[in-house]
This record gives sequence, structure tokens and C-alpha cells, in this order.
Amino acid sequence: MASPSTVPATPLLKDELDIVIPTIRNLDFLEMWRPFFEPYHLIIVQDGDPSKTIKVPEGFDYELYNRNDINRILGPKASCISFKDSACRCFGYMVSKKKYIFTIDDDCFVAKDPSGKEINALEQHIKNLLSPSTPNFFNTLYDPYREGADFVRGYPFSLREGVATAVSHGLWLNIPDYDAPTQLVKPRERNTRYVDAVLSIPKGTLFPMCGMNLAFNRELIGPAMYFGLMGDGQPVGRYDDMWAGWCMKVICDHMGWGVKTGLPYIWHSKASNPFVNLKKEYNGIFWQEELIPFFQSAVLPKECTTVQKCYLELAKQVKAKLSKVDSYFDKLADAMVTWIEAWDELNSTGKKPSGNAK
Amino acid sequence: MRTPPSLLSLTIEKAVLNLSHFSDLSPLPDHILLDLFLRTIKAGKLNEKVLKLFMATGKDEVLILIQTLNIKHILTPVLPTKDIKDSDIDIVIGALQPDLTSFLNEWRPVFSRFHLIIVKDPDLKEQLNIPEGFDHHVYTKPDIEKAVGASSTILFSGYSCRYFGYLVSKKKYIISIDDDCLPARDNEGNLVDPVAQHITNLTTPATPFFFNTLYDPFRDGADFVRGYPFSLRSGVTCALSCGLWLNLADYDAPTQALKPQQRNSQYVDLVMTVPARALLPVSGINIAFEREMVGPALFPALRLAREGKLRWETIEDIWSGMCAKVICDHLGLGVKTGLPYVWRSDKGDPIESLKKEWQGVKLMEEVVPFFQSVRLPRTATTTEDCVAEMAKSVRERLGSVDPVFNHAADAMLQWVKLWKSVGSVSSTPGDEGVGSSDEDYSGGESEAPECSRTPPVDRELKDKLFRKYGGYISTLKHEFSKKKKKGTLPKEARQILFDWWSVHNKWPYPTV
Repeated sequence: MASPSTVPATPLLKDELDIVIPTIRNLDFLEMWRPFFEPYHLIIVQDGDPSKTIKVPEGFDYELYNRNDINRILGPKASCISFKDSACRCFGYMVSKKKYIFTIDDDCFVAKDPSGKEINALEQHIKNLLSPSTPNFFNTLYDPYREGADFVRGYPFSLREGVATAVSHGLWLNIPDYDAPTQLVKPRERNTRYVDAVLSIPKGTLFPMCGMNLAFNRELIGPAMYFGLMGDGQPVGRYDDMWAGWCMKVICDHMGWGVKTGLPYIWHSKASNPFVNLKKEYNGIFWQEELIPFFQSAVLPKECTTVQKCYLELAKQVKAKLSKVDSYFDKLADAMVTWIEAWDELNSTGKKPSGNAK
Repeated sequence: MRTPPSLLSLTIEKAVLNLSHFSDLSPLPDHILLDLFLRTIKAGKLNEKVLKLFMATGKDEVLILIQTLNIKHILTPVLPTKDIKDSDIDIVIGALQPDLTSFLNEWRPVFSRFHLIIVKDPDLKEQLNIPEGFDHHVYTKPDIEKAVGASSTILFSGYSCRYFGYLVSKKKYIISIDDDCLPARDNEGNLVDPVAQHITNLTTPATPFFFNTLYDPFRDGADFVRGYPFSLRSGVTCALSCGLWLNLADYDAPTQALKPQQRNSQYVDLVMTVPARALLPVSGINIAFEREMVGPALFPALRLAREGKLRWETIEDIWSGMCAKVICDHLGLGVKTGLPYVWRSDKGDPIESLKKEWQGVKLMEEVVPFFQSVRLPRTATTTEDCVAEMAKSVRERLGSVDPVFNHAADAMLQWVKLWKSVGSVSSTPGDEGVGSSDEDYSGGESEAPECSRTPPVDRELKDKLFRKYGGYISTLKHEFSKKKKKGTLPKEARQILFDWWSVHNKWPYPTV
């Protein structure tokens, strides 16, 4: 245990972490993040028109993949990667060779804490991922591994070692991640409340995972982070991260890993058009009412001992139980299988795909 | 031509406008002070700070006038509670120390509006010392024995004494805070009103079936996030609100002994619903609940063999809290945690406590698997039934593990019986029956919240003042009792005042 007078420095993990950024416009936002991101390797997934050139600011070490690259690398399996939706980012997870992934949207900037200090979101995510989670019993003082906190009276000692943390879910100041109906009703609401807490989401509890400010242990949970079929030609959008989050949580609960939420905050600057969002989300809002009971009652047999096995089992259950909601889920279940096949192919042969690296 | 106003009246008028600059009014002659006071009231400039200025002079006439006009401190809660009346709330304090003077004086700005139930630990020998100015009821060992019988009194010893308060309360909401806790301050330095926050928590829905990443969506400036199912957005009733502690957090003895200097200084601006099926340690230090829904499920059942008078030598609240959570989950009620904070004073030596007993810590290891797997039958639809079922399960599954669990099961059943008999007696507070015994405390019981420095009434002085100001005061009183538009006195009042002025402007003093 660290002595009370010194706080151990958070390791950089610069050779163990990739930053995955989906983009369709430009990467100017990286300038603000430069002091925090420059040591790391970036994987940029360029969505939309592949003939467009995305300019990456000088000094960053990166590889960039556009649609042509994705098609080339995955061949027929490329059908599982969404087009014209930030869901395409999960391609970046697949091609990464690192242990940890941090993903961030290109309209997210550095936030300030109440003292005015700039928040190093990446450092906080690393802290979250490197310390245990406590999903099996709720600690009322939140993350007991944080400086100045601990387990409260009544917290069973046998559970105080915690479990491995698979996912660190950060939050957003300024434009909150609301759905379209809420955006329409409260267009001017801004999240100004800085809540100085990290907490483990209890086992058996589902949550809406937002992909804007997210980090995870790729070696543990990577194969479950498929962001689904969204965007061009699909009946639903803005449910990519939600879908991944529900699958991920069921699998983490099964495998005994933890999910943290709370700090760090980033500053979300852009409010997307609520009418466009409504069109994208429309089906999702109704389908969700069926999806939640499905995930809440999903049981994975104990023979599922790897994440891939869990994920394929989930895909089977999606096909069996959700096709009746819409034929989309049939397609989605197939795409989930394709994803696992592609993941295993890319990650077991040791073959490194060639993107437009620098 | 109208007579010009006198210099004195001009001065007093000017003084009324500049009241905020005065720090001390005692040098003023009595009659001028009185006139200033009356004009301040007329001008609508009597606020808390100004009232304190006048009261600080200590002048009898002013104080009597305040009493006569029934002027009270009105403290707006941090979060105004719209539909809940102060009379819906009981504040239950378990007195484990005899002198509650500094405790209650610190809490006065928050507690003075409410009715307090103070339960004296039956093991405490000394008399209770309670300051004036609180509407309260005290229950001591004889009262407890009378209500529940001598054999059941053991249930209420030590920290468990406050459960007796829960039993005899007739109010809708109960808020209970340990007697070694004081008001905390938030990150802006404002005093935290835990009563207002607890009531807000209890009167807004809880969301136990799906986690909202922006925490309580019913707080100002927050909402449900994208991906939150719409069918779950109406939430469920919140029946239990668990608050937190700054300074001395609620750690167990081993933890506090290992980190003797550690104090909780992090004010986390968070309220959240504890998800369904998630278990948590419910600390009794700072807690509030809806009495009818959760009261039967909060009981002093798990008594350690060497339970002590320090929180980390007890586990009764943790045990009953886990039962309460399972029952709330079963009945579809919500439990919130987070704000409000109280400031918990340093107390006790954890290493001394460690020498005593680790029983509580050991017992927790046994009970967690039990609570995680216990299921209540669908036929249990009331909290009382749920408690009875839980007691049955406890006996069946934990009885053989340790005899303390059999005792706990017995105590739980006893509690349900008591709840049904004593807890539902429809007497109103202030009746005899389960009354306050006078012998044990000083300070006298008072009916209505009063200003803290009311002098003993000087009958003669009061009569003298009444003769002189009688009509004037009753006019004012009459005016104050009418509803009026903010900032404008009604026409008749203004006419009365103008008339008075035109008669008195040459010599507006009350002296003959």
C-alpha cells in the first residue's frame, strides 16, 4: 500500500495504449489535446468519403484507415463495419495491437475541474483501468481505491480486493449526451455539475454506455466492443455504443469483471441536430423497450469461458429472441458473428494490416 | 402649507434606509430604538440580519414587541419543498451523550422548524441537557419500558435507542442523525440543510432498474441520458435516503486504525439511486425514510456480543439496511444514496475498539451470500410481511451459522409485533400514553418555535407598553395578517399611517 504522504504517479502506458478516433471532418481538436495525447499512437478511422484527405496535426504518431482500407483488410467481412456512422470506430479496436484503448469523439475537448485545472482525461481513465472495480457490493463512498477514500463499515472484507476493471466510462460537461426527444424539450440544458466520483456499476445492472469518452482493456473485453450496424442503409443510428455497452456489461458480469463510470469529464462542444437525431433514433427508442428485458434476462452458460464464446452465444440469443422485433436483428446477429470471425482472424495470425501510417 | 418633518424623523427615516451599515444599535435611546424598529417594519426592511441587530441591543421593549408581533426567524431551506409540510417530518435523535446543548445549537437553523423526538439511551445514567427553543419530545428508559415492556427494552440500548423514536413517531417522514454529527458545508461554503435534501430525495422518484450515468435525473440540470429506456423514466417511489459524512467517515475499526489520519474531505455533489439487487452498507448515521413504507424494515435486530457505544462497535444498522434493501427491491421501492453530507466529529480510538472484537466484520462475511440470494415470496406484499419472511429465511439459513442470527430473527419478529401494536397507535404527540418524562432533562418543553433569546416576560413592562402602543400594534398586526402585494401596503394601511403621521409629525415619540 502506498504511504499516505506520496501519491504514486500514474504510468503513461504509452506503448500499451492506442487512441481510436473516428472522424469525418478534421482533427483540429487534437491541438488542444496535444499535451496529453502526443506520447500515444493514434488509430484514426475515417468515415464517409474515402477520397477526402483528413489532415492530422503535425507531431502525432498515427495510422489512418478509410473505407477502402477497411474493405481491403476485411474483404467480405467488412460488411459488419458501419458506414457513415461513428460506429465504424470499432474497426480501430480490431486492428489495434495494444492492451488498452481510449476512444474519443472529435468534438470533445479538454475540460476544467472546479479549481480551473485542465483535466487529463486519459490519465484518469488509466487510473480507473489499473485499479480494481467493486461490482459485487456497493460502496457508499464510491471508488474505495481513490486517494482519500476507502471501504465503509459493513463492506465485506472478502470483497475488498475487487475485480479487474474492463471498462472506464467517462462523462461530459457542457452538452450532455441526451437523446433527441430530451434535446428537443431542453435544447439549452448544459451539464455544469462536476461530480467528483468514480464508481463501479453493480453486477446485474445495465447502463447506457456512451462512446464519446471511453476506455477499456482490449485484451480483456475487446471482442465484445462491437458497435453494431448503424448508419448508411440501416434502420437505426445512435445506438451503436448502447448496443456495445449492453453486450459488454452482460459479458463482464458473466466473466466477473468490473465497469467504472464517472470521472474523467471532457468538454463536449457540439450539440448535434435533434431532428436529424430523432430520425436516426426513432426505431431504437421503440426497439429498446424489447432490448432491455432481453439483456436483463440474458444468461450465458458456464461453458462460455472466453469473451468470443460469450459474444457468439449472445448473437445466437439475439437471433432467436429479437428477430421477431425486427428483421434488422437477424442481420445484426449475423454481423456480430462476422465481427468475431474478423477479430479472431486479425488478432491470432499476428498479421499486421497496413493502413496509411506515419 | 404642511409642517416640514422634524430633524429627528428625517434622521430615523435615513437610518431605516441605511440599516445594512449599522453593526450596533445599543447606543440609541430606547424610544428612538423602538421608533426605528416600528418604522423598519413598516418599510418592510426587517430581515434576519436586521432583526438580529435589534435583538442584540437586549432592550426589553424591543424584545417584547418581537414576541407580541410573533416575529420569527424564517429560514428558507436550500431546496424549498413544495408540498411537504414541516409537520410531516419528525427528526429522531438517539442521545448517547447527555449534553445535547452544542449539538442542538449547531443544528438550530435547520432543526428548529421541526418536531424532534429525542430518545435517551437506556444505559445512559446522566440527565439530558437540551437547550430551549425546540419543539421536542424526550423518551427515556421508563417510557420505553412502559411502551414495549421491560424485556424488550434491551432492543433499544446504545445506538439502537433511536429505533424507539421510529416506533413512536406519527409522521410521514423520519430523518435521523447521530448526536456526534454537525452541519456540513458544501464546496461553496454554504451550510448544508440535510433535512431539505433528504426530503427532496424522498419526494422525487428513484430509478433502480437502469443506471443513469448522469446520476439522479430528477435533480436540477440533469436528466435521463441517451439510451435510457423511456418506459422506466417515471421511476418508483424513493422510500429510503442514505446520506454521507465529511471528516470522520463511517469506516470500520480496522480501516480507521490503519489510516488514523484519514478524514473525508471530498464533497461529492451526487445523488443516485442504488440499483435493484445491488447490496450496500446502509449507515444509520445520516438517514431518512418514509415511515410507513420502510419503518417496519429498519430494526435493531443484530446485536453484537460486545456491542459498544462507538459506531464501529455496532452493526445493527448495516444488518437492517441490507434487509431493508432486499425488501425495497422486492416491493419496487427505491433507495437513494449520496447527498446530503453531515460533518461527523472525531470520536473514539479505533485501536482500542479493535482489541475488543472483530465479530461484526466476521459476521458480514456470512451474510452477504445470504442477502444476494434470498428471495421473498410474491405473497409478501407489505413491509411487515416481508420482514416476517426475512426472519424466517434468516433462521433457516443463518441460524446454524451463529446463534446471533437466531436472536436477530427473533428480534425482527418482535419488531414487527411492536410495530403493529405500538407503532400504529393513533395518538398524537403531546398526549400522555408514551409521553415525555420531565425528571430527566432541563430546559423545559416548548410548544412553538420561538426566537432563541426570549426574555422572561415582564408583566408590568408589557402592560405599560401595551397601554401606550396597543392600538398601533394591533393595527400593524392586522395589516401583517392580511395578504398583500409585495412592496405595497394596502390603501387603508397607508391611510392609517398617513393619518398617524399628520397627527404626530411634530412629536412622533411614544413618550407622554
